[in-house]
Order: sequence, then C-alpha cells, then structure tokens
Amino acid sequence: MAKSPNGRQSRLRLREALAGYTFITPVVLILGLFMLLPILYAIFLSFHKVNLLGSVSYKFAGTANFERMLNDARLWIALRNTAKYALIVVPCQTLLALVLAAILNMKIKFRNFFRVAYYLPTVTSSAVLVLIFMWIYNSNGLLNHLLELAGLPTYNWLGDPAVALTGIMLMNIWSTAPLYMVIYLAAMQDIPESQYEAAAIDGANAWTKFWRITVPQLKPVTFYVVVMGIIGTFQLFDQSYIFSAGSGGPNNATLTMVLLIYQYAFKNLDMGYASALAFVLAVVIMLITVVQRLIFKEEKLN
Amino acid sequence: MSPKVSRLRPLVYVILGIYAIVTFVPFLWALSASFKPLHEIVSGGMHLIPRHFTLDNYKTILQQEPMFGRWFLNSAFIAVSVTVFNLLFNSLAGYALARIKFPGSTLMFYSILGMIMIPGQLTIIPSYLIIKELGWLNSYQAIIVPMAAQATYIFMMRQFFINFPKELEEAAELDGLGRFGTFFRVVLPLAKPALAAQTIFIFMGAWNEFLKPLMLMSDKAMFTLSVGLNTFKGQYISFWNYIMAASIIMTLPALLIYVFFNRFFVQGITFTGGK
Repeated sequence: MAKSPNGRQSRLRLREALAGYTFITPVVLILGLFMLLPILYAIFLSFHKVNLLGSVSYKFAGTANFERMLNDARLWIALRNTAKYALIVVPCQTLLALVLAAILNMKIKFRNFFRVAYYLPTVTSSAVLVLIFMWIYNSNGLLNHLLELAGLPTYNWLGDPAVALTGIMLMNIWSTAPLYMVIYLAAMQDIPESQYEAAAIDGANAWTKFWRITVPQLKPVTFYVVVMGIIGTFQLFDQSYIFSAGSGGPNNATLTMVLLIYQYAFKNLDMGYASALAFVLAVVIMLITVVQRLIFKEEKLN
Repeated sequence: MSPKVSRLRPLVYVILGIYAIVTFVPFLWALSASFKPLHEIVSGGMHLIPRHFTLDNYKTILQQEPMFGRWFLNSAFIAVSVTVFNLLFNSLAGYALARIKFPGSTLMFYSILGMIMIPGQLTIIPSYLIIKELGWLNSYQAIIVPMAAQATYIFMMRQFFINFPKELEEAAELDGLGRFGTFFRVVLPLAKPALAAQTIFIFMGAWNEFLKPLMLMSDKAMFTLSVGLNTFKGQYISFWNYIMAASIIMTLPALLIYVFFNRFFVQGITFTGGK
C-alpha cells in the first residue's frame, strides 16, 4: 500500500520524460543530421583529400590542407580584401548607426516612419540589392551622373579593380547600418532618464549629454556592433558572388573568404582543402565571438 | 527644452530627410527603370518619372522567361514550408526545454547554445555532401529539411516560455489536458508575439537565401528567385529594364510582410541583439 504513491510518481515522471522526448525529437533529428554531423564531418574533411568522381572517397592527408594555405596567393588576396573591407565598412556603419539612432531617440515627429523607412534595405534580398546597385554603378548609371553633376571624376565601378570593392563597401554600409541602428536605439531606451535630468540640472547641453552619458553607456553595445560587423565581413558572400558572377573579379578585387571557399569546393571540386579553409574561418569567428562574450559579461558585472 | 535644442531642431529634420532620400533613391530608381522602355534607359537621362511609361518589361519577363513564375513559386513554397516547420519544431523544443523535466535536457540546452555559436560557413560543404548522399540534390527537401529547425529560435522560444505564467498550464492540467493538449490549446495561442517575430525573420531568411539554392539546385526548374535572378542577369546583360522589373517582383512579398509586421521586427532584433 505504501508503495503506490511512489509508483504513481515514477509513472508520472516517465510520462513526463516521454512527452519531453516527443517534443524534442524533430529538432534532434534535424539538428543532428544537418548541424552536428556536418560539424564533425567538416573536421574529418579538413584532414583528407576528397575525391568526388564516381563514389566519394577520402585519403588521409594529415595537415597538408593547412600547410597549403601558407602558399595560397589567392587566400592572401581574399584576406587582404577582407581586412580592407573591415577597416572601412565597420567604423562607417557603426558611426552611421549611432548617429541615426541618436537622432531617432530625440523627441521628434514621424519618428516611427523614419525608423521603418531606414530599415527597408535590411529586409531586401542581397540578390536584389546587388542588382539595383550594379544598375546604379554602371558606367552610364545614376552614380556617375551625380558625380558628373557635382564636378567629380567618374569611375567604371563594375570593371575597374581599383574601385570594385569600394562599390560593394558603399552598398553594405548603406544596407547594414540600419540593423545596428535598431540595436543602438533599443539600448538607448534603456539608459535611465534620471541621468539626463541630472546632467540638465548641471547645465549640460545636448552635445555634452550625448558624449558624457549616451556614448559611455553604450560601450558594450558598440563593442557588440563592431564585433558583429567584423564577423559579417568574414562571412561576406552573396554580394561578391553576384557582383562578379562568381569570379571574385575584376582581377580578384572582390574575392572574399567565403567566395574563395565556394570556388575551391564547387568549381575546383577540392572539398578537402575548401573544408580546411572553412574550418580555419569558423575557428577565427568563434574565437572573436568568445572574446566578445567574455568582455561583454565583464562589462555587465562592473 | 533648452533654446539650443530648438535651434538644432530644423537641422535634425534636414538630416533625417536627407537620409530618407539616401535610403529610398536606389529603390525608386529601380522601380522607375522597371517602367521605362530600354531606349529611354540607354539614353541615360536622370528623370525619375518615366517619359514613356510601359508595363512591357513585366509582361516580357513573365512571357519570355517561362521559368520566372516557376522560380517565384519555388521560393514561395520553400519559404512558407521552412517557416511553418520552424514555428512548430522550435516552439515544441523550446517549450520542452523550458518546462518539461527529462533526462538529458540540460545537455540538449547547452548543445543548442553551442550550435548558435557555430558559424554557418563550417557546415556548407559537409551539408552538401550529406544532401548529395541522400539523393536530395535538385529537390525541395534539400533546402527545406536542413532549415526546418534553427538553434537561435529554439533558444528564443525557450526564453519566452520560461517567463510564461505557470498558472495557465496548471489550470489546463487540472482540466485533464495532457502535455500535448496544454501545448497546442493553451500555450501556443498565447505565444503569438514570439511566433510573429520568428515568422518574419525565418520567412525573410528563407525567401532571400542565396547560397543554399545556388549550391543545391543545378536544374533550372528548381531555382529559387534569388538564384534565378542571378542567371537572369547573365542572360539579359545590359537589359536593365528587365532586370529591374524582375528585382521589383522579388522584393514585393518581403516588402509587404515588412510593412504590415514591422513592429515585430524591432522586438525580434532587440531580443537577438541583446542576448
């Protein structure tokens, strides 16, 4: 008799566990087969030479794929493009996002309209954005007309290796800044109003308040936005691919890391080496993320 | 408000106005080109309003490019399926992780947190090989199934359900509803804000996806709009009137969803941004 409540409880627990497993089964299957397995497979591929002809076969290659990177001239070009891109795009889009958010955070009319309007490029497909910008950039296009009107030199934006990457940079500053603007805006609304009121009593003007209160309070968010921007740079693919029809041209000017990986994997069918490149890229991105999280946590604690 | 701020006010509106123009001009310029005949585009004028307004560009791409309608349907089918599966699977898993006690749930939770950190680039090549091995190349499931659940949104749903008032579920249980009944009849209908934010992000992501269909679909009939648009560009090079009309068609569905549901966007971004 004394056993019965215990038995009921364990039966309940079993039923609860069964319900739990039923709830998570679809996710376990999908993420297991298309996330966990590919991660392990990616590591395996990095250390093998893969032959795709006929049935797939592998030959252990040790660290050969990784050693090959040191002498891969195109990898260094892709890295140089990425660095150039990050150095210009990340500060520009961060500053633009901050300024737009600061303005939208004031008590202004039509605030919601501007926020909704500015965000528009972020929801548009990259394929469409690239085509629209190529249309604007073509030598007889809108941008050159405007430059001419302003008395500035015009460029062959699509064909000249010296400016092709600049074209992609301009487009991406324009299309990603609004995303970070929204993140900044949300963070600004969390800054206690009392701090601004106290500063106002001390006679601070809008400018001083911005520099002394808003910017320091946003430090963790700025850090997050910069890190996300850098990671986004490493992940750039669609824009370069469409812009250059998959070549990374003109003259490798728009070659990015992911485009290079894509070319090795699907043009040269060199899946082993491409996987090794993807592996290194993933490790770099994850290290950046981990560092960001650690510092972010410390900021929160202080 | 101090006098200094009120003097700044007109300047603020000027800046806002200029940036609104910067945002809109590329879209308007594309829209305008889509209604212009080719000769007007080639002559290179800068007028935004077409001189010879025409719908021929739209008619031509829909008639001359029989695949265009098919690509649109492919994109729609894939995006809708991916969205429906994600809503269902992510909420089920998120709810289980938040509320149901079962052995292994902690491990599962940390695995999901770990997966969020893994950059997608790592899994591109192995996923391709797995899908090829399954014989799924050039099929809808090649894109739909791997995208049918996403770690980020499982985490988001878990956070949502953890802050959910327990009393409702307890009442439902007293009424004799099991875990499933409680979930589908009580919990899910109350999770609408979280589901709406998820719907928008996942639909947009799937609709705009470029790399996956590029890699998995080589049969022209299976292209999505994003990939179709890219080949279209190669085919009709310098026919910017057609290319812009096609781009506008691709943008419209996403644009409509954005305009109607934009408030959920902000909720979603601030959520994922603040994590």
